[in-house]
Amino acid sequence: MSKTFTIGIGGAAGQGVATPGDIFAKIFSRRGLHLNAYNAYQSIIRGGHTFLMIRTGPGPVANMGDTLELLIPLNQDTMDRHLQLLGPGGACIYNADTVKPGQAAEGVQLCPLPVSTLADISRNKVAQNTLAMGAALSMMGIGFNSLENVITEQFGKKAASVAEENIAVARAGYDYATQNFKPFATPLPMTDNKYAVVSGNSALAMGGAAAGVKFYCAYPMSPSTGVLHWFAANGRKAGIMVRQVEDEIGVVNMTIGAAQAGVRAMCATSGGGFALMSEALGLSAMAEIPIVVIDCQRAGPSTGVPTKTEQGDLWQMLGAAFGDYPRVIAAPVDIGDCFTLIPEIFNIADKFQVPGLVLCDLLLSEGRLSVEPKILDFAPPIDRGEMITSPNGHAEGGYKRYLITESGVSPRAIPGIPGYTHVVSSDEHDEDGVLISDMYTNATKRRAMMEKRMRKETGIAGAVPPPRLQGPEDADVTLIGWGSTQGVIEEARAQLAEQGITANQLQIRWLVPLHGEAILDQLRNAKRTIIVENNYSGQFARYLRSETSFVADGHIRKYDGEPFMPHHIVEAVREQLAGDTQLSVPAHEIMV
Amino acid sequence: MATIVETPRLTMADLKGKVDPDWCPGCGDFGVLAAVQKALVELQIPNHQIVTVSGIGCSSNFPGFINTYGMHTLHGRSLPVATGVKMANHELTVLVTGGDGDGFGIGGNHFTHTIRKNVDLTYIVMDNQIYGLTTGQTSPTSRLGMKTKSSPYGNIEAPINPITMALAAGATFVARGFSGEQKHLTDLIKQAIQHKGFSFLDVFSPCVTYNKDNTFQWFRPRVKKLEENPDYDSTNWLHAIEKSTMWGEEIPIGKFFERTDLPSLHEAEPVTQGRTMLSYPLHIDSAAAQSFIDELM
Repeated sequence: MSKTFTIGIGGAAGQGVATPGDIFAKIFSRRGLHLNAYNAYQSIIRGGHTFLMIRTGPGPVANMGDTLELLIPLNQDTMDRHLQLLGPGGACIYNADTVKPGQAAEGVQLCPLPVSTLADISRNKVAQNTLAMGAALSMMGIGFNSLENVITEQFGKKAASVAEENIAVARAGYDYATQNFKPFATPLPMTDNKYAVVSGNSALAMGGAAAGVKFYCAYPMSPSTGVLHWFAANGRKAGIMVRQVEDEIGVVNMTIGAAQAGVRAMCATSGGGFALMSEALGLSAMAEIPIVVIDCQRAGPSTGVPTKTEQGDLWQMLGAAFGDYPRVIAAPVDIGDCFTLIPEIFNIADKFQVPGLVLCDLLLSEGRLSVEPKILDFAPPIDRGEMITSPNGHAEGGYKRYLITESGVSPRAIPGIPGYTHVVSSDEHDEDGVLISDMYTNATKRRAMMEKRMRKETGIAGAVPPPRLQGPEDADVTLIGWGSTQGVIEEARAQLAEQGITANQLQIRWLVPLHGEAILDQLRNAKRTIIVENNYSGQFARYLRSETSFVADGHIRKYDGEPFMPHHIVEAVREQLAGDTQLSVPAHEIMV
Repeated sequence: MATIVETPRLTMADLKGKVDPDWCPGCGDFGVLAAVQKALVELQIPNHQIVTVSGIGCSSNFPGFINTYGMHTLHGRSLPVATGVKMANHELTVLVTGGDGDGFGIGGNHFTHTIRKNVDLTYIVMDNQIYGLTTGQTSPTSRLGMKTKSSPYGNIEAPINPITMALAAGATFVARGFSGEQKHLTDLIKQAIQHKGFSFLDVFSPCVTYNKDNTFQWFRPRVKKLEENPDYDSTNWLHAIEKSTMWGEEIPIGKFFERTDLPSLHEAEPVTQGRTMLSYPLHIDSAAAQSFIDELM
C-alpha cells in the first residue's frame, strides 16, 4: 500500500462539513490522486456530530484506512473526541477563538487560527472552514491556485462576489499557515492521472442510466435516497422518467408495471422499504416480469440506525417473498462496481425474466471514491433477452406467454402488439396465462409451471462467473468476504504481509447463484479460513454453510454501525492465528 | 396507387376472454364485464392497445375474461402497477378493475395517491360491500350493523364513502354506476375512458352469495340518475360533494364530477412530451453521458 494522507473534518450537522469535503476531494482528484471519503453522521439535520474522513494518495485508496494526518475540528466536541487519533507528524487546525486544544500526542502540531482577526465572521458564517482549508493546503504543499479554481466553481453558481469573498478568506488562511505553521514532512504528490469522484449512490443511478433504465421510482429512505436524487436531477437530460411514490409497495409495483410495458425499470430502497417490497418480488418472478431492486443496507432491525452501515439484510433478501422462485442477488464490491454491476444484472434479469436484486450498503452508497473515468461506460452491452416487440410472422391467437421450454424462458410479448394479447398473472397459471389456481386447479400443470420457472436457475448459474481466490495460493490465512468489504480486506492483507503473515481473499460478488462447488474447490487447500462480515450473526457464514456444509475456522464480525478499518482485521487475524479466539468483534475507536 | 389497410372492426366476440367468468350465477360483475366490452366496441379501441390491470378478489379475475393485454397482480396493488404501465407507454389505454376490499381496504393508500397524480387511466371498482372470494367478511364499504362472518354480531365500524373520498382527493372524473343499469353504465364507462386523467367509477355490483343486504332488488328502487336531473351541474365540485353524501331511500348514480383543465401525469411530465418512454433508445445520449462524467472530474 502506497503512502496515504487522511484528513478528518468534524462538527455538528449544519456547521458545513460537506463543503470543505467536496473541495478537498476535487483538489485531490485533479492532482491525479486517488481518494476515498466516508462520512459518519447521525439522523439529524442540525446538531449531533458529523465526521468526514477523506483519504488520498497516488495509489488506489479502497477504504478509510487506519490513521489520521490532519484533523480539522469545527467545534470543541470534535476536538475532544478525535484529537487522540493523530500520531507523530500529524496536525490539528482549529479556531483559536472558540475551540480549546486538548492534550495532543507527542509530535502532533497544534495549529490555532485567529479566525476573528483573519476574517469578518459577522459576514461570513463559515469563515473558519474556509480559513482552515486554506491553511491545510498550504501545509500540504499545494499551490493556492487549485483552491481558488475550485472555490470559484463551488460558489460562483451563487454570485461572483460570494466566490471572491471566500477566495479572500481562504487566501488569509493559506498565508497565515505559510508564516506560522510547519508544513507536513512530505508534500502531497501529484500525478498526470485524471479521476472521477463518485458516490456509490450516484454510481448505482448512473449504472442504471447506462443499463438503459427508462423508469426509476422510489420512496425516500436513507441511505438509498442519493440514487433518487441523482435520477431526479439528471433524468430529464438522460431521458429517464423519475417518480417519487407514496410507499415502497407502490414503488416496486409501479416498477413492475413499467417493466411489463417494455422498458427497463429499477428502484432502490433500504432494508425497511425492501421488507415492504417483498411480496411483489414474488409477483415479478411469478408473472416473469424482470425488474432490478437495490437494497442499500443500514443497521437494523426496525428503523435501526438509519445513518450507519451494516451487512445485515442478506437473509432478508434470500428469503424475500414466500414460495420458491428463481432470483439473482449480487453485492457490489466497491463504489466503481456499483456502476458496473447494474448493466450486468439487468442483462441477466431480462434474459431469464426474473427479479435482479442488488445488496449494497451505506458504506458504498454514501462513500465516495476516485475511479478511472473509463469504467463509467454509458454504452455497455444490453441484452433484453427473448422479447417480442413487433407482430412479424405470428399466427393470430396462438401465442403462449408462458410456453414451457427447455430453458424455462418463454418469449415475452409487450402490450401494444396485435395478435399477442394475453394475461400475465400473480396466480399460478397455464402456459397461456389462464389461472389454474381457482376452479381449474391442476396438479400436473402446477408442477410443470414450477419446474419451468425453476429451470431458469441452471441458465442463470451458467451466466454468472464463480468467485476467484485473490492473492498467494499458499497463504497462511484465507479471508472470505462479500460485497463492500473487498477494499478493507485487501489492505489488511497487505498489512499482514508486512508483518510476515500471508493472506489471500475470496470475495463474493454474486450471492445467488453462489457456485458452492467452485467455492469448495477454491477453499480445499486453505490453511485457515476466516469469514469477515459487517453483521452480528455471521449471515454469510450461515448461508455458505447451508449451501455447501462448509464451516470456516474463524469469524470477524462488526455490528456497531461503523465499517471495518484495516487494522481491525489485522489484529483479529493475529489473535485467531495465536489461538486466542474463533470470533473477533473489533471495537471501533472513532467515537461518532 | 395507395393501399388502404382497413383495421378490422372490433366486435364483442373479439373481446371474449380465453375462459368464461367463474363468478357465481347472477353476480353483478357479469353486468360490468358486458358494459366494459360494449363501451370498448362503441369506442372502437383496438384490443391490443388496451391493458386491463387488476388486483386480487372475485372482480379482480376480470382481465382473464376479456381479450385485451391483461395483468392480474397482487391484492391491492393494481393502481401502482397500472401507473407504471401508463408511464412506460402512455399510448396504451389502461383500465383497472377490482373490488372494494382490494381498492379501499388493502390498496387504500394507492387510491388517494393515484388520484392525486391524475394518472390517465380508468379505475372501475365493482363495489359489492363485502369480501366475496374469502367467503364473506366485512369490507370498507359494508354498512353499519351488517352481519358477516367477520362481524357476526353486526359491523360497528362506519363504511367509507368512495365518491366523497375521490372528490376530496382531487379526482378529475368521478362517477357511480349500477350493474343493473347496463346502458347507463356503458355510457359512464365510455366517458371515463375518454376522460384525459384519472377517472373513477364506483359500480354497485351486488354479491348474490354473501351480501343479502345490498341486493339488486335493494338497489333498483333507490338508484336515481344524476343525468335525469336538469339542474345538476357536474362541473361544480361543491354540488358533487353534497350529492355524494346522499344515501338511503335515494342513492344518486351517474357522473358526479368532471374537470378537464388539469394535465394528466404523462402530459405534465417533461420526458413524455411527444414520445413514450418505450420509444427512447436503450443507450442514453452520448453527450449527456459525457456531461455526467465531466461533472465528477
